[in-house]
Amino acid sequence: MSELDLSLARPILEGVSDTGANGLKLFVQLLRGMVTLRADLSSPSVAAAVKDVTGSDMPDVRKATENVLWMSTDELLLLMPYGEGGAVAAKLGEALAGEHHLAVDVSDARSLFKLEGGAAREVLAKGAPVDLARDKFAVGDLRRTRISHIAAAFWQSGAEPDVFEIICFRSYANYLWEWLEESSREGSMPGIL
Amino acid sequence: MTQPNRLDDGGVLIDRSHKIKFFFDGKPYNGHPGDTLASALLANGVKLVNRSYKYHRPRGIVSSGPEEPNALVNLGSDATHEPNIRMTQIELHDGLDATSQNRFPNLDADIGVLNAAASRLYPAGFYYKTFIHPRHAWKYLFEPVIRRIAGLGKAPTHPDNSQYEHTYAFCDVLIAGGGVAGLVAAKAASEAGARVILAEQTERLGGRLLVDDDAEIDGKPARVWLEETIAALEAMDNVTIRLRTCCSAAYDHNYCLLYERSGDRGEAAQVRHRLWRVRTARVIAATGMIERPIAFHYNDVPGVMLASAVRDYVKLWGVSPGEKTVVYTTNDDGYRTALALHEAGRTVRAILDSRKDPSGPLVEKARAAGLEIRPNTGIGKAKAKRNKLEQIETVNFDKPEAPGKTMYCDCVAMSNGWSPVIHLYSHSGGKALWDEDAVMYRPDPANPPRGKDAEAMVFVAGSANGELTTDAVVAQAAEIASEALSQLGMKTSAVAPSVTAVTETTTVPVWCTPSPGKAGLGGKHFLDYQNDVTVADVALAAREGYESVEHAKRYTTLGMATDQGKLSNINGHAILGKTLGKTMAEVGTTTFRPPFTPISFGSIAGRETGNLFKPVRQTAMHDWHAAHGADWEPVGDWRRPYRYQRGDEDRDTSIHRECLRVRNSVGILDASTLGKIIVKGPDAPKFLDMMYTNMMSSLKPGKCRYGLMNNENGFLMDDGVVVRLDEETFLCHTTSGGADRIHAWFEEWLQTEWFDFKVYVANVTEQYSQIAVAGPKGLELLGSLDSDIDFAAVPFMGMAEGTVEGCPVRAFRISFTGELSYEFAVPVSFGLALWEKLHAKAEALGGGVYGTEAQHILRAEKGFVVIGDETDGTVTAHDVGMSWAVSKKKEDFIGKRAMERSDLTRPDRKQLVGLLTEDPNEVLPDGAHGVENGKAIGHVTSTYFSPTLKRSIAMALINGGRARFGEVIQISTAKKKTIRAVICDPVFYDKKGERQDV
Repeated sequence: MSELDLSLARPILEGVSDTGANGLKLFVQLLRGMVTLRADLSSPSVAAAVKDVTGSDMPDVRKATENVLWMSTDELLLLMPYGEGGAVAAKLGEALAGEHHLAVDVSDARSLFKLEGGAAREVLAKGAPVDLARDKFAVGDLRRTRISHIAAAFWQSGAEPDVFEIICFRSYANYLWEWLEESSREGSMPGIL
Repeated sequence: MTQPNRLDDGGVLIDRSHKIKFFFDGKPYNGHPGDTLASALLANGVKLVNRSYKYHRPRGIVSSGPEEPNALVNLGSDATHEPNIRMTQIELHDGLDATSQNRFPNLDADIGVLNAAASRLYPAGFYYKTFIHPRHAWKYLFEPVIRRIAGLGKAPTHPDNSQYEHTYAFCDVLIAGGGVAGLVAAKAASEAGARVILAEQTERLGGRLLVDDDAEIDGKPARVWLEETIAALEAMDNVTIRLRTCCSAAYDHNYCLLYERSGDRGEAAQVRHRLWRVRTARVIAATGMIERPIAFHYNDVPGVMLASAVRDYVKLWGVSPGEKTVVYTTNDDGYRTALALHEAGRTVRAILDSRKDPSGPLVEKARAAGLEIRPNTGIGKAKAKRNKLEQIETVNFDKPEAPGKTMYCDCVAMSNGWSPVIHLYSHSGGKALWDEDAVMYRPDPANPPRGKDAEAMVFVAGSANGELTTDAVVAQAAEIASEALSQLGMKTSAVAPSVTAVTETTTVPVWCTPSPGKAGLGGKHFLDYQNDVTVADVALAAREGYESVEHAKRYTTLGMATDQGKLSNINGHAILGKTLGKTMAEVGTTTFRPPFTPISFGSIAGRETGNLFKPVRQTAMHDWHAAHGADWEPVGDWRRPYRYQRGDEDRDTSIHRECLRVRNSVGILDASTLGKIIVKGPDAPKFLDMMYTNMMSSLKPGKCRYGLMNNENGFLMDDGVVVRLDEETFLCHTTSGGADRIHAWFEEWLQTEWFDFKVYVANVTEQYSQIAVAGPKGLELLGSLDSDIDFAAVPFMGMAEGTVEGCPVRAFRISFTGELSYEFAVPVSFGLALWEKLHAKAEALGGGVYGTEAQHILRAEKGFVVIGDETDGTVTAHDVGMSWAVSKKKEDFIGKRAMERSDLTRPDRKQLVGLLTEDPNEVLPDGAHGVENGKAIGHVTSTYFSPTLKRSIAMALINGGRARFGEVIQISTAKKKTIRAVICDPVFYDKKGERQDV
């Protein structure tokens, strides 16, 4: 009888890049559990189910809580430890039985990066058409957008220094890593944010 | 190395305490920090800087700014080479190395000048009229010769080693131009609390205030006000000032481009150019004016310059372009140049004024200074000696036939009034109005470019709006700024400064100066220096019927090339109007298109070069494939292993080995790129019945079904296996390239047409690695795995879930090779681990990997279609012989109605057939046409040498082909050869499908 062996699971990239530009640090986060939930986000039972599995309230439009990301008017991305995605999706399925929804484990579909440092805003502004001024984008703000050529989403999870968490589809991870490294180079910031 | 034309004093921009050495055409010169290449060359007495495009006439610097038509140079060499840069915008730096363009062998002795001798042979439209016949002369004669002689700078031959950047930025008010109007607007906007970006294309703020400081602002000398205002703006947190940054474009919805040349100054700059994409609520275009030249006989000889430029060189850089200057003006402003030269101690030979009775404070001041003023007079003719101006001859406007007076001079300062820079207003649709009194196009306030709120989004401030004097500029800029701000619900506390300025009288423009003496002496009156377009060319175009300003432009090339007619357009349009007897307003103007001045290719590319040029999608096994000899095939943005090379074997050897491996033992394939879409909800069965041609609602949970998808026109657009996971949930596989498209297609139907359907979809393509295990030894391989799945019990088109070698998998028993075959879907993080295990097991059985080309051959042997090979957007399911997959029971599905149209049901449509060449070793070329009675009857869609059948096989779409099995047709190849082939059933191997369903 075969047993599931989580130690076989590997991220596409592993690494930390300390680029030096204004103390910027770039990390690839190790695997993270993720579940896509599509449902009527205004429904109290959906909010209750999300609260039950994540401990988090329903995020507002274009906002992120610690482990729930608003992805569109009827879509959330829930975060949890790797390996728990299937169980969380199943639990949501039970809680929302009879209510139209889709909960699916997508723990392997995306790569997650963390960009930390004073210049992080300017790095993202090089490739994402998003207003990243300090008073326009702060902790808890999220955008589903693009970075350079690829689809991506990011949210701010910390301030002083700024911390941004960035996700892209897994097959593009190498591209985004290289783009972030290149764009973080010392002396390349426009110096406006 | 002295600088003969450098004045002893003056030059607010230069630092005389330092010298800079630079090179032009290999020759060393000296300049000062603060110089442009143009000012430094003029200081050194260099007049000849270029050869013209068509006639190779000697040309000098005409202007002092971005409007420069002549003084284009190549900068740098090899990895830093950049052609067609305007000398007037190049900041001098140590070691700067510029070379002149468009000359051979050198500037002084250029053989292309022979063109000028033959210039009577090159009238307007010469190219259109001449280079028509004979056809082959284009390739062998005209093109190579013209390419050699004509053209501007040389294209770089080395990769560019500079760094370029992009950034997005957002603001409330983007101000283009840091002259007095821009500064007044910036002050108003900043004090209203707006987020402001002020972009100035030069390295300095102040615009013409630095040159013409004869006004008083708020009771202070203009220079003092300027310094205070700049300091105040720099102290504001909400204002970003960018120098060397040109607002190149204002597109729809105020999406603007800024082109920043931050690293063009020789230092080891990290960033050479940066392209900004700015979204702003409002644009204030404080872009100033450009002075117009005057057409006269040989008005292009080096030494003939714009009057304002001559004054700029004197005042900004302490350079007098000439010893003796003749000022030729049609307005008061020209007198400022005369006075500046006079005050600098240079000779003003005379002021020639087109007006009969010039008057006003500036005229009086010149008179008081003892300068000679000749009213009603122009320059009839200029004459050069050794490629520079030597003398002019005057002409009296009332008696042009009378001989004029000869004046020796080495500089002409000409002024024909001003053209407001209304480009940004016009880029996204703002209209211009001809103002007959001011002799200029001004922005039409009734027809501005409008934003998403239907309000004006670009506001034009100061002289760009046609204001000529400093008091008018300041007052209008303050007013337009508060209008723009009030649209944003903002109010400024800034008070418009009070200005005392010198008054000016009207301009009497001269569109073409008559030559003295006998008319029509054949001299050229140039309108467009960059394209060598003359008054005669435009007049000829008008006579030949090119009456529309857009036609005349294309026929004569007036206003084309890198300067886009910044100096020439208005003069040219006036000539067109005069010839046609039309007013300027009737003639109209050509369209202003971005960018305002050329931007570098590097800035457009940014960092997106090399690996970042285009993303490459990689599966979890990508590196493994690379380490095992994969040859890549691009599929969408993915790279898939085409074949795995062993040693230095050729392609066919690897591919045939991989094919036979699957037929005889077992092969594994990375199929991760297949699209995977979850469709879930109570209406999911109904929805999929609409999306696919066949019935999906009848599929049982745990079962797979191959499905075809139509577009609305009834043509095939995608295919794949659909798996029913449970009552409400389906997993739809799509083609590798189709995943995103089909996901979007599902969403579109659900969001825009069937929003009442309770269905959610999710694209899980990236969640799973997919691995196919195919071949007669497949079951043996699977049996050796540590797994809780009983593979032998899974029926064909069935599915099982469980654990395999520690990995969570779904196994589908489906086959695209015709062999016994399973596909494993495993979370991507486990993909490589499972792949390595399966590979080891396969090798132990004498099997191994196979690539996409082997897969293509294997499926062709079975007659399976590939969307995009057998289909091209005009092919139906019936055409490819898959009517069995088109439901007759369903009331509706996408494309059902379309498939019933007569053209899609006629029996002689192209139908999928197999082709067997008479010579079994001859492989048909892909795409080759079947030919019958001189007509094409279809084409080859897939063609291979089948290692299984040891002969060539092909699939083709042939007119009425299914009724023609057994007939021999001719296939025509590109080599004018025909190949005979027999039409047959497209299933070449295992027609009953016994191998996949053991």
